[in-house]
Amino acid sequence: MAVSKSKEYTTVTEVSGPLMVVEKVSDVAYGEVVEIETPSGERRRGQVLEAQTDKAIIQVFEGTRDLDTDWTSVRFTGETMKIPVSIEVLGRVFDGTGTPIDGGPSIIPEKVLDIYGAPINPYAREFPRDFIETGISTIDGMNTLVRGQKLPIFSGAGLPHNELAAQIARQAKVLGKKEEFAVVFVAMGITHEEANFFIQDFERTGALERAVMFLNLADDPAIERIITPRLGLTTAEYLAFEKDMHILVILTNLTNYCEALREIAAARGEVPGRRGYPGYMYTDLASIYERAGRIKGKKGSITQMPMLTMPDDDITHPIPDLTGYITEGQIVLFREFNRKGIYPPVDVLPCLSRLMQGGIGEGRTREDHADVNDQLYSAYAEGRRLRDLVAVVGEEALTDLDRTYLEFADRFEAEFVNQAVDEDRSIEKTLEIAWNLLSMLPESELKRIDPEFIKKYHPKRRGGKTG
Amino acid sequence: MTEKGIITRVTGPVISAKNMRGSRMYELVRVGNERLIGEIIGLDEDVATIQVYEETGGVTPGEEVISTGMPLSVELGPGLLGKIYDGIQRPLDLIKLQMGDYIKRGVEAPALERDKKWEFAPVAKKGETMGPGDILGVVQETKTIEHRILVPPGITGKLLEIAPKGKYTIEETIAKIKTAEGVKKIQMLQKWPVRTGRPYVKKLDPSVPLITGQRVIDTFFPVAKGGTAAIPGPFGSGKTVVQQLLAKWADADVIVYVGCGERGNEMADVLREFPVLEDPRTGELLMNRTMLIANTSNMPVAARDASVYTGMTLAEYYRDMGYDVALMADSTSRWAEAMREISGRLEEMPGEEGYPAYLASRLADFYERSGRAMLNGKDEKIGSISVIGAVSPPGGDFSEPVTQNTLRITKVFWALDADLANKRHFPAINWLQSYSLYLDGVKDWWHKEVGAKWEKMRNEAMSLLQKESELQEIVQLVGPDALPESDQAALDGAKAIREAFLMQNAFHKVDTYCPKEKQYRMLEILLKFNELMYEAIQKDVPIERIRGLPVKEKLARMGTVPDAEYQRRFEEIEKEMEAQFKDMVG
Repeated sequence: MAVSKSKEYTTVTEVSGPLMVVEKVSDVAYGEVVEIETPSGERRRGQVLEAQTDKAIIQVFEGTRDLDTDWTSVRFTGETMKIPVSIEVLGRVFDGTGTPIDGGPSIIPEKVLDIYGAPINPYAREFPRDFIETGISTIDGMNTLVRGQKLPIFSGAGLPHNELAAQIARQAKVLGKKEEFAVVFVAMGITHEEANFFIQDFERTGALERAVMFLNLADDPAIERIITPRLGLTTAEYLAFEKDMHILVILTNLTNYCEALREIAAARGEVPGRRGYPGYMYTDLASIYERAGRIKGKKGSITQMPMLTMPDDDITHPIPDLTGYITEGQIVLFREFNRKGIYPPVDVLPCLSRLMQGGIGEGRTREDHADVNDQLYSAYAEGRRLRDLVAVVGEEALTDLDRTYLEFADRFEAEFVNQAVDEDRSIEKTLEIAWNLLSMLPESELKRIDPEFIKKYHPKRRGGKTG
Repeated sequence: MTEKGIITRVTGPVISAKNMRGSRMYELVRVGNERLIGEIIGLDEDVATIQVYEETGGVTPGEEVISTGMPLSVELGPGLLGKIYDGIQRPLDLIKLQMGDYIKRGVEAPALERDKKWEFAPVAKKGETMGPGDILGVVQETKTIEHRILVPPGITGKLLEIAPKGKYTIEETIAKIKTAEGVKKIQMLQKWPVRTGRPYVKKLDPSVPLITGQRVIDTFFPVAKGGTAAIPGPFGSGKTVVQQLLAKWADADVIVYVGCGERGNEMADVLREFPVLEDPRTGELLMNRTMLIANTSNMPVAARDASVYTGMTLAEYYRDMGYDVALMADSTSRWAEAMREISGRLEEMPGEEGYPAYLASRLADFYERSGRAMLNGKDEKIGSISVIGAVSPPGGDFSEPVTQNTLRITKVFWALDADLANKRHFPAINWLQSYSLYLDGVKDWWHKEVGAKWEKMRNEAMSLLQKESELQEIVQLVGPDALPESDQAALDGAKAIREAFLMQNAFHKVDTYCPKEKQYRMLEILLKFNELMYEAIQKDVPIERIRGLPVKEKLARMGTVPDAEYQRRFEEIEKEMEAQFKDMVG
């Protein structure tokens, strides 16, 4: 930190919630980092939220407990928030403010970077098109992930989103290529138990050596959560765009992040938007999510997989809602499937991958992939519609074709959606299961598939067995 | 101007500065040591409130604010087409050259190239009396767009000098006009403040449809050239895909695409596709008729507000030359949110859901700059601006303020539906909720240009779809078998229209664009199928047999029949259909 411009004050006039007001200051810059010394000598960090000629409002990251208006001293550093980075961060575990907590030495920085970064020039972006095989049928087959995408998992309390995220981190690969790959794991307000689950899973599979972890746990100060994802993403940008690595960033749990945002807004007395969340939450979330991507002429990439729990499984809640407007699709977990024992409990109907079209097809996955996906969606949606209908009118009122669709929906869930937690399905395997299911339907129903592909891939046409 | 203000307060994108007496509302200022670009949005005695179009981290009270005496303006002239700009018209390609892959602060780059020479051909003659909107000369900007250099608004007088045919930069004087206030030198480069609409003579009623090649739009809910349309929908319902389809295929001369607070990768997609795709009408590359304004969600929030006005001013400039311009704004909700954020920082009294009370009037002002207009100039040019605004209602709830205020102004409503999107029915435009108030206006055009049965067929198809939704309610209670066969036939007929006509595959190389004549024929055949089905039912043919007709599969695939052969192939399908019905009945 710069020393020359530093100024120290003991003129704190107000402490409330996560905020602190310092008066009689001069030359305080908006956004600069402050170092706070509590009366007992403990050091904390904060950031200027509002700068006036002689007054500054500061958000304190490590909590305002024990701060007072007499003895607390505040030093303005003249710097924005920064993080030291080097290739040595791989395999390390940090707390939510970037201090190592794995007992290892501190990082000898190769570079010190501003954690807020800068927006990627849209003109410099490379459109993401490289298919990532996750080995999970509902994702690879129907909501394909590509390098540089941001694809969140919308979950609910008690659903296995952690297992799914760990499985994706374990299995994700790009076909036919051996390239530098690493995971940046950012925890915001998750429990020790959840954090341990990831650490152990990474250790067991050897992924920890290729991972950087930033852990802000449930009992860490909530306001710290505002910076934790930015530390992770700054590190990711360094590894991706300066060290040519392909980075998967797992962010969990965004719901906790947004709660912290709301806490600060409330403490400042801002005009609340929907459900008390600040009106700028969209912009704030965008400053996290938009840091995914590819850059022309650079080898590396940043793929984001944020996770959030939808309060009361409500997809229209501001957190999933604003997220869905920024991210390139979403994977939605469904409580009913979890109850039925289907893993991963992905309900494909509300799921989407916006970058799928560019990542699939000939030379990427397979030529029939797009058509098969369309057909699966429409057939499964028809099956689900009929299932609702049967609940009212009974199965007798249905035609034979309707009954076939019902059976299709059941088998789709049992055979396509359902898979083991360590089952790594190739895209070929996923498409094979899909064709077997589709072959239940009369060929005239396969309106979304090019007749050429039916000729080439339909099990009956190939002389293969039907499912 | 050397007036200097002093910053007193910084909070996010809004700063206050004192010592600003003499400044005007919406004046452009430079803020702080890095000379960030800002705009005055409030004045109280000598204190000005300024929204800053760049990141304000590190700005310190005590730094200076410099007035420029100018409102926020855009540069107009040859060289706009094919460009990608940020919200305040800085060219992103030049920014990349100067600053690398990230957008940093304090960048200065001219919107139009200063040293490029354009081939200018004079049209006006020396000695003529010229007024605003009169053509001085032309520059062939791209193969299809002739850039007309007009006398700027406010200048009238005798043409003293006009440059001979030759190559000029945009800053060289190409004409001198003797006005009452003295001799004015005119360059190809002109400036115009973004928040002021450019003048025209009068607005005309829109009567020509903007053909988009999207069946559900052109046939069912058409927008007219000079019209306005709103396209609200929850996330994932395909707003951006529809907007991009329209930007690709709409038969406007010039397209302005404003990406306001949306995804960076989407802009990258447009930038990847448009320079290689061809305009189906002219064969020219799409990029050569397009201007892109990209202010992605992570770029400074205040510039979102500027970006829609910047886009509109560029659109007006080409309209003034007599072109049909279409402007897509994706998404106006992000613009409204930017207003809300700034308003919140100003601690203004909030209106509905925290949006400022002036939300409705700002939206109305913006959409009212659209329209088909008789333009200034002696040649009585007519030009138009069609505006298509995407709206992103929170939770997909159309009752929220931005959607409601937009619908009060726009004449076409394309309601995107999450249920349709979940079933992968795209474009997910709900045919029961949507409407177009241009139907009466454009029907004569359709009847004259395409076919006399257009209105009748459209109404017939709509009532069939309406009937389907009523019958569906009964089916939900008693099951489809309980319906009489004629009603079951109505369900089948509506289903055929939905699947073959309303659904359109944006990613299929043929289906992505459906020419108007082909749309007409498709609907004609589908309605004929419906008619034949009724006749058969009347003659006691069981509906199961009709369901098994082989021609049904061909009907479902009509959209993918290549444009060059559809006439012949549709004829065959029609004959086949008639023959198959005849076999059953006879």
